[in-house]
Amino acid sequence: MPHVSSYTKVRGGRKAAAGNVGRPPVAWALPGIVFFALFAIVPLAIAVYLSFCHWDGLNSPTSVGTANWTRLFKDPEFRQAAWLSLLLTTISWAFQTPVALLLGVWAAGRQRSRAVLSAVFFVPLLLSTTAIAMLFHALLDPNFGVIKEIGPWFGIDPNVLGSSTGALLTVAFVGGWQFMPFHTLIYQGGTRQIPQVLYQAAEIDGAGMFRQFFHITLPQLRNTITTSSVLMIVGSLTYFDTVLIMTKGGPGTDTTVLPYLMYRTGFQTYDLGYAAAIATALVVVATALSLILVRFSGFGNMRSTREGM
Amino acid sequence: MSIDTRPEARPAQPVNRPRPAVARRRRTWGNPLAGLGSLVWLVLVIVPLYTLVSSSLMHQDEALNGDPLAFPTNPTLDNYRTVLDSGFSTMLTNTAIVAVATVAIVLVLAVPVAYVAVRTRSRLSGLAFRTFLLGVAIPAQAVIVPLYLLISKMGLYDSLPAIILPTAAFAMPVAVLILSGTMRDVSEEMYEAMALDGASPLRMLWQLAIPMSKAGISTVAIYTALQAWNGFLFPLILTQSEENRVLTLGLFNFMSQFGVNIPAVLAAIVLSVVPIFAVYLVARKALVNGLMGVGGK
Repeated sequence: MPHVSSYTKVRGGRKAAAGNVGRPPVAWALPGIVFFALFAIVPLAIAVYLSFCHWDGLNSPTSVGTANWTRLFKDPEFRQAAWLSLLLTTISWAFQTPVALLLGVWAAGRQRSRAVLSAVFFVPLLLSTTAIAMLFHALLDPNFGVIKEIGPWFGIDPNVLGSSTGALLTVAFVGGWQFMPFHTLIYQGGTRQIPQVLYQAAEIDGAGMFRQFFHITLPQLRNTITTSSVLMIVGSLTYFDTVLIMTKGGPGTDTTVLPYLMYRTGFQTYDLGYAAAIATALVVVATALSLILVRFSGFGNMRSTREGM
Repeated sequence: MSIDTRPEARPAQPVNRPRPAVARRRRTWGNPLAGLGSLVWLVLVIVPLYTLVSSSLMHQDEALNGDPLAFPTNPTLDNYRTVLDSGFSTMLTNTAIVAVATVAIVLVLAVPVAYVAVRTRSRLSGLAFRTFLLGVAIPAQAVIVPLYLLISKMGLYDSLPAIILPTAAFAMPVAVLILSGTMRDVSEEMYEAMALDGASPLRMLWQLAIPMSKAGISTVAIYTALQAWNGFLFPLILTQSEENRVLTLGLFNFMSQFGVNIPAVLAAIVLSVVPIFAVYLVARKALVNGLMGVGGK
């Protein structure tokens, strides 16, 4: 490849040279692609293969045909887990997006107070998921936690992790608590990139705050919303640490979301073939949702912004 | 907690002159709804953090019987001592090694990928870029069973590389996305100028693309470091022994080890945040501005 470009330079004069010379050979991307493939794409293929096997983690996997998949579609636990995962994702998205969007747009202003507040908002991002789940596990302990003091003020039963709705909502809330700063920052960055001219034009036309928000800010943030939503959806479909630490999938199986079911099946009962089937189902759902979102919002066209290339 | 309260650095603003007028106008009318919302959120952020720190300073019986919102009447560092005495430094070292190695691998591998994606027109590079774009959607859980197999076959089970390699791989898509975003902003004219001077692609990468995308590179470094610091699933499944234990897994073990000694558990959490909080205090601007860019344009 490099030979071709230097050859063109010699023959093609200045214009052609400027077009082709100095373009890096595609081979430069190979190490990165191979590495990513080795630990992400190839395992994905193996997961599909293992989903047609029985494997206890010790002996070699043995093929069992479609047994895992027929079992999967009949398994009430899987159905419940899939439903809970979708529910958790929906709740998380519906809760986090408006709050992060508003906080982000608000924080995009440059006043001193906002800088201070943003600094505080940021702190949860510094704690690991494990730390946050453990913190809330302690805070929500019905006997010792803050919840026994504060809960009654808002009519919340202190044993919130013991009720099925409460536990699921708590997991969604704790996830939001952790990732809100991240999404807020994304929206803050997105908002700051909106050309001020648009607002000035709107002011001249007499558009008020709400019209400006709905007709300028929101449409301009379209790609940001997509990015944030894809990350949010994939993120909440895969809540695992939080569930393992806070509820262990309980009460009963009421917070046993797909990743936790996969973990339990694979690494506690060592039914790794079936776990691979669950994992494959999970990736199908995550990819489908992201693709729909990306297509729906035209985010895949981002390459078209490469003008003159 | 002393937090840097200086106002944000102003990122490049295309339209500079007329902006203040508009900003002031928008401030005067304010946005009461968002302002109120942010105050509510502030309470939701501060109360847990306050309880975390104050309860970690309490004696156990005070934490269990007293009002959890009260100040510790008789502050003690015993809980911290308990945690530090139970192998905390090994875990800290392991986590630091994992974070640094992961960041190094990701930068070395993702920069050329992003550069090729931005600079090369071939169909193949487009395909590779799209693969990485989709890679964002691959959850780590989806591949953990095969990774367990793969890592065992490679003889890496229960070692730090067992955590580092998959963590780095899973940080690649976002890294490529961010880096290609910043590299795309380097103007074509500069490349052309360098090309006329006869610079090789490598020199253009080294002397133009990399220096011009410092912001993106630091974002990637920070984002990746946070991911590595945060990782739980890979250590949980792919390591076992105490000597290879990272912080997140160690915390999880503390929880069962200390049982109802809630102050000790909380102290462990505080200790696990201290290093990254220190980094935050030093590099707050780079951190915040960097993460702000993750959303792309």
